[in-house]
Amino acid sequence: MIINHPLLGPRDSEEFVYLGSAELINRPDWQNETAPEDFHNYQYIRENIAGENRELWYHEQGDQSWLVVTRNTLTHEISKVELATEVAKKMGRTK
Amino acid sequence: MSQENRIKGGLIDREKSFNFTFNGEVLQGYDGDTLASALLANNKHLVGRSFKYHRPRGILTAGSQEPNAIMEIGTGAYKDPNTRATITRLYDGLEANSQNHRGPLKFDFMAINDFLSTFLTAGFYYKTFMWPKSFWERFYEPVIRNSAGLGRISMLEDPDTYDKGFRYCDILIIGAGATGISAALVAAESGAKVILADEDFLMGGRLNTEHNEIDNIKGNEWAKQMIAKLATMKNVTLMSDTTVFGIYDHGIYGAIENRYLEARNNNKPRQVNWRIYAKRAILCTGATERPIAFANNDRPGIMLSGAVRTYVNRFAVAPGKRVSIYTNNDEGWRTAKDLTDKGVNVVAIVDSRDIEPVLPIDAEIFVGTDVVNTKSRMAISAIKLSNGKTIQTDNLAVSGGWNPNLHLTCHHGGSPIWNQYLATFVPGNSKTPAGLFVAGRANGTMDICDAIIEGHKTGLNVSKELGFKDVNLKPASTDSKPYNITARWSVDSGKDRAWVDFQNDVTVKDIILANKEGFNSVEHVKRYTTLGMATDQGKTSSVLGVGIIAENLSKSIDDTGTTVFRPPYSPVAIGAFAGRRRGKEFSPTRFTPTHSWADEQNAIFVEVGMWYRSQWFPKKGETFWRDSVDREVIQTRKSVGICDVTTLGKIDLKGEDVSEFLNKIYVNAFAKLPVGKTRYGLMLREDGMAMDDGTTARLSENHFVMTTTTANAVNVYRHMQFCHQCLWPDLDVHMISVTEQYAQYAVAGPNSRKLLQKVVDPEFNISNEAFPFMGAGEITVCNGIPARLFRISFSGELAYEVAVQTRYGDSFMRALMQAGEEFDVIPYGTEALGVMRIEKGHAAGPELNGQTSAYDLGMGGLVSGKKDFIGYTLGLREDLQKSDRMQMVGFKPVDKNALLNKDHSLAGAHLISLDGSPTTEDDEGWISSSVYSPTLGHYIGLGFIKNGLKRKGEIVKAVDLARDSEVEVKICSPHFFDPEGKRLYV
Repeated sequence: MIINHPLLGPRDSEEFVYLGSAELINRPDWQNETAPEDFHNYQYIRENIAGENRELWYHEQGDQSWLVVTRNTLTHEISKVELATEVAKKMGRTK
Repeated sequence: MSQENRIKGGLIDREKSFNFTFNGEVLQGYDGDTLASALLANNKHLVGRSFKYHRPRGILTAGSQEPNAIMEIGTGAYKDPNTRATITRLYDGLEANSQNHRGPLKFDFMAINDFLSTFLTAGFYYKTFMWPKSFWERFYEPVIRNSAGLGRISMLEDPDTYDKGFRYCDILIIGAGATGISAALVAAESGAKVILADEDFLMGGRLNTEHNEIDNIKGNEWAKQMIAKLATMKNVTLMSDTTVFGIYDHGIYGAIENRYLEARNNNKPRQVNWRIYAKRAILCTGATERPIAFANNDRPGIMLSGAVRTYVNRFAVAPGKRVSIYTNNDEGWRTAKDLTDKGVNVVAIVDSRDIEPVLPIDAEIFVGTDVVNTKSRMAISAIKLSNGKTIQTDNLAVSGGWNPNLHLTCHHGGSPIWNQYLATFVPGNSKTPAGLFVAGRANGTMDICDAIIEGHKTGLNVSKELGFKDVNLKPASTDSKPYNITARWSVDSGKDRAWVDFQNDVTVKDIILANKEGFNSVEHVKRYTTLGMATDQGKTSSVLGVGIIAENLSKSIDDTGTTVFRPPYSPVAIGAFAGRRRGKEFSPTRFTPTHSWADEQNAIFVEVGMWYRSQWFPKKGETFWRDSVDREVIQTRKSVGICDVTTLGKIDLKGEDVSEFLNKIYVNAFAKLPVGKTRYGLMLREDGMAMDDGTTARLSENHFVMTTTTANAVNVYRHMQFCHQCLWPDLDVHMISVTEQYAQYAVAGPNSRKLLQKVVDPEFNISNEAFPFMGAGEITVCNGIPARLFRISFSGELAYEVAVQTRYGDSFMRALMQAGEEFDVIPYGTEALGVMRIEKGHAAGPELNGQTSAYDLGMGGLVSGKKDFIGYTLGLREDLQKSDRMQMVGFKPVDKNALLNKDHSLAGAHLISLDGSPTTEDDEGWISSSVYSPTLGHYIGLGFIKNGLKRKGEIVKAVDLARDSEVEVKICSPHFFDPEGKRLYV
């Protein structure tokens, strides 16, 4: 596969390490009353999507960016590649 | 007589004559021959035996689809089994041997199978070898294993080298026949970067094997001129002898280039596995001819009709002296014409269609007639026709029609579609690989005139679509050659057998039997009969098989469907996938800066991940590893020792929020770590299990340096990048791995400070008061060399770790050793390091095994309850807090002399209460790390046992069933040596 890195252009997927769903960015708040359940869901419960999926890929053999790659798991078509930092900020993660 | 079947003409170089051997017999051929054409030139029709029935077999095709003529090429370690003679370019000294026979090729003892065929039909495995049950292991399996398989491998290491390569282009054109060349000419002219690849060593495809006039010159001459023209263009790369074997995602193509001719002589790779990145590709792979299934259609001397044209026209070889033709389409007639043009005697044309003769041929003509049987086992001598006639012939050219080579269009899950006019499958429209276009015969465009135009147009359109300039070129002109066919799959074979898959010996009867037994899906029939599952992957048999299934089940071919084509298109040597990554080169080797110094000291090295680390340093007279390790431990604890710890992961962190960031990834507090101090830290995974441990030092307000374990260096850094970029992106943190930038040495032992004071520049005070335990700082050594000093200890002694830039690593180690001479300094390796850490009860890899929490490791007290950190919430789960979890404690033998006379430690033993038995039910834990402690004079161990922290003093059994050993051990604190840590503070 080829991942179109937002900063570096098209790169072979061999340069990357795959982690999993981009939902991992949504780390729950430890002080919530429901924190034990929230963290359980965060850690273990995953959608097994047949179709468009947002995934985390790490450009380990490159600039060490974490990327959010929107990929169709049925066709491998990649429709969007974003820097995870920007996605995380948009989702309201700060410090 | 030498080359008795050679006729005039052909694309071979008669000036260059080669000697080669076949089953030991010396024969001659020419440059430009394949092994198959040279064998035919020497009238060798019988070239091998079939897989199951050991039927005598001859050459069927002239290309990569060959099922019969597969041989062992070369001898000794170079022996390469299952090599297709039809694509092996002849070279001087080639040694070929036929395979799959016991005894000589002409008298194969295994041919008995052919007479037992009634018992060896489809599924015979499942039916025949069921009983008596005990016979399977003793009798059936050994016999089957002995007779199974095609060819024999040398059992020696492959002496050839293989390589990988990468190429990039705008347009990849697969197949350099009339269509591919036409596409390449326009694409190249448009300015696009073009790669033209062809599996043959001679580009031109069937232009080299047919009589065509293209732009008023001979087809093969036109191909040669156009290829020469393309070769001069800078934007074109020609890759002959290169098979594109697979299409992967996003325009990545796998191709294998054969280079064995030049490679053997020049010590170059025999094959190169290319990864081609192409924006677009045009598939111009042509078509493959299929046989017709009639009784005994597999005899030597029966060939495909297109192959006969190839041997006559390209290789100047007459396939026989009395040739007959059996066809269901127009092309069989062209074969007859080419043969008679070359003066080869054609005795009969048999066409299954009831039609007027397609061409005027001087031979007996039979239309609406079939071949129903053939005669003579070792080589065909006659054919029997459906009208009762028998015709004496020594070569039968068969054409059942042509199947487009559309395999690559299916590599992303697409299915071909049936075309009844062409009686074959053509590329489908759905799930075809993005960016792939098909032209010519591969696309079902059978007439060469139309194929050239289609290749031209596709090349033009693709170039324009990519934004290259419009080209004012005309497609080459040639006469139309219509292709008419009426499907003919099989002819009733009566009591005899008619072959569908030649390589796997699948007959029409097998398919019918499979259908009778309820295997109706193509995929089921394939697996039950093994149709299309041989090394040729059914290139000549699969469509024929589908036709027969459809006919037999009275279904349409649409409803019958085809099997799935997957990469590789044709066999690829495993060595080519490995490339240079074999043996030592399988993965990179990492050396520390002291490697050559350690080698001079006769160090024994151990591979840790990719690193080479010194395991111990044997001295003269030391014959057993423990002699060295015990000495290294004792001398370090007595005076001073030095260990290279460069391999630890090192991460440099800068920024205003680093301490806050560390607080989030370590279980313990880091926010208030003062400048000039270092602290031990434990990291958890989000599920609460220990991930890694190490130390982090604060060099200045906003500058920290972290160490990780050697094994987890990469994972920890990746995890930290994730935490920063994905979880806390606004933190001002910048980090980089500096593992390779710094050489780091542990200097340990009561004399370590005295030693260091000799190399640390005098302006830096490293006295106990000025540089206390857990101190850290930037210093200089050896007159101004920048260094970092950390007063940390893994050994439990007064100890330091000192880091210098990698380029000073070797000389600094030598300087340290020289400075330490007066203290009898010794270097110590990873074994002594391990002994000392177990004596001190430090957890390491065997304890941080992914199943242990901070509490399990006895580090519950370290865990902060006042902050969020990775692993905090899930680490608090009820089950992780239970007191009966396995907890890490120490173990020592009740009888201190136990194990001393044995050659093993407690490692791997399981822990059972004194009245328990060594069963899973009674298993209470295990020993994770165990060594002989030279300091204490007996074996010690770290391990996990249920509720261990509260069971100190209890005696249990350490049972090692693998070594048949049982020792009583006492549960104790893991801190065996200097439990108060007094030695650290002196």
